[in-house]
Amino acid sequence: MRTLLFLLRKEFKQIFRNKSLLPMIFAMPLIQLVVMPLAADYEIKNINISIVDHDRSPYSQQLISKITASGYFVLADFGDSFDAAFQQIEEEKSDLILEIPAGFERNLVRDKREKLFIAVNAINGTKANLGGAYLNQIIQNYNAEVRLEWINPARFNTIPQVEVASSNWFNPFMNYRFFMVPGILAFLVTMVAAYMSALNIVKEKEVGTIEQINVTPIKKYQFILGKLIPFWIIGVVIFSIGLFFVSRILYGIVPIGSVFLLYGFLAIYLVALLGLGLLISTYSDTQQQAMSVAFFIMMIFLLMSGLFTPIDSMPEWAQIVAYSNPLTYFIEVMRMVMLKGSGFLDIARHLLVMIGFAIFFNTWAVLNYHKST
Amino acid sequence: MKNVVIKTDKLTKKFGDFIATDAITFEVYEGEIFGFLGANGAGKTTAMRMLCGLSIPTSGGATIAGFDIYKEAEKIKANIGYMSQKFSLYEDLTVIENIRFFGGVYGLSDKEIKEKSDDLIDLLGLKEESKKLVGSLPLGWKQKLAFSVAIIHDPKIVFLDEPTGGVDPVTRRQFWDLIYEASNRGITIFVTTHYMDEAEYCNRISMMVDGEMKALDTPTNLKKTYNAASMDEVFFELARGAKRQAD
Repeated sequence: MRTLLFLLRKEFKQIFRNKSLLPMIFAMPLIQLVVMPLAADYEIKNINISIVDHDRSPYSQQLISKITASGYFVLADFGDSFDAAFQQIEEEKSDLILEIPAGFERNLVRDKREKLFIAVNAINGTKANLGGAYLNQIIQNYNAEVRLEWINPARFNTIPQVEVASSNWFNPFMNYRFFMVPGILAFLVTMVAAYMSALNIVKEKEVGTIEQINVTPIKKYQFILGKLIPFWIIGVVIFSIGLFFVSRILYGIVPIGSVFLLYGFLAIYLVALLGLGLLISTYSDTQQQAMSVAFFIMMIFLLMSGLFTPIDSMPEWAQIVAYSNPLTYFIEVMRMVMLKGSGFLDIARHLLVMIGFAIFFNTWAVLNYHKST
Repeated sequence: MKNVVIKTDKLTKKFGDFIATDAITFEVYEGEIFGFLGANGAGKTTAMRMLCGLSIPTSGGATIAGFDIYKEAEKIKANIGYMSQKFSLYEDLTVIENIRFFGGVYGLSDKEIKEKSDDLIDLLGLKEESKKLVGSLPLGWKQKLAFSVAIIHDPKIVFLDEPTGGVDPVTRRQFWDLIYEASNRGITIFVTTHYMDEAEYCNRISMMVDGEMKALDTPTNLKKTYNAASMDEVFFELARGAKRQAD
């Protein structure tokens, strides 16, 4: 016990004395948490649209003003030549073309139907998809309005119409940040825990001080605890700053569920991730090696955790990877507890899985950590 | 009858096909300064690492301070000190913090740590520097500090792996004063070196060539046996047959 205290004292002194590491541990994750949610936003605005209007009628005017008034589109070009509009797409000045054919109004009034043409620049798939969908929706609305104008009120009931009314639960304004902030916070805590602990242990190997430790009567578990406890504490501190300051004050996200539950899960999650860091360190001899391995794992963690893309839409093999990723569970729990107010029973399965991860990584790491070779 | 503190029996370490240390058998007596000589790559460091419990032997055995290196490695660790070739105190801790840390992990009480660190700082003349980071000290001082820290818990044996490499002659002399002082306190010194003048300071010397122990005797007897005027000549005579390329 006394040995552990000496180890901890040494570790904290070293961490707080390291002028290059300290900002990396504290400032970097928080800056990321402030900046990333502002950028990682799937709600696409400012889609540049070129409209080719061959009709120039009140009806086409009405449609165009409906599109530009929606707030999603910026009218990049307006003309009557499709080729000129296509030129805009080629020059990346425009994302979509809407072509309104000549006789749009006439056909609509006479034949009660008309076709519009939308061409989408699909290089940026997300933007193209969403842009196309938004535009479609606007046109549908327009269609409904036009129809309503024409319907004789007396005959109102004869046309059956299904209308869908939807309501967004748990995030009523579909604020993307509510969805991203808890996830990004989870990821940042992961980075600090796994990365820093791995690097710290390998540094002792690289400098050679671990030899000196290994000839002392320090027990394996004491050394490991001496390394993991400081980073566990740092992980909790960063999480708290992120939760109470950045997420609450800056983004106004107040967890609906129990904060204690979040901390309970975090405590186990950190043990699992520190175990992973320790494991990486036992397989690396230099900080460079550890960094490369940790970077590789972090990329997989980040991209296959459901942070940016829904897991349900991944191919089956990728879903298996995603559910072998501890971060997936933490992000789910964060979102469930913070946005939905899930309770202990709702996350009990996640908790069990995480305890499994913690035991798995730590056992493996401890078995692979040798005081002698 | 002299007390034996290190006793090895055909101690061997192989790395794949390469036999780093080939069945060495020897004894070291309590309180002596035992010089462990050999060219680079002769297997000295490997042998020393096995004796310290840092490396597990491929075959053979050894007892250190009466404890078996296989079964009682942790008990050995409480009874030995080790100073590796690579400087291995914490450069980002101060002199006093390093002393306290190692004193603490060797289980000294707060009072002992306090006394020890005062004594050490006095002895090494580091009063002004005690609050400086170890990384900022000159090499010679670092080495003296590392040695003092390695024996902070008054071990039975201290293993020194080329402790004076790269150190100026004056500091080297001071370093040996420290070694003698420790030896007078009854600590057995097990030291490797490439300086033949240092070899003369040892009570007994062993010579490693290609992983084998080729000679073991007092410096005087060795010179007599090989009909040499100095330890330098003894070294050349023995190391000449080496097949291994020095690194």
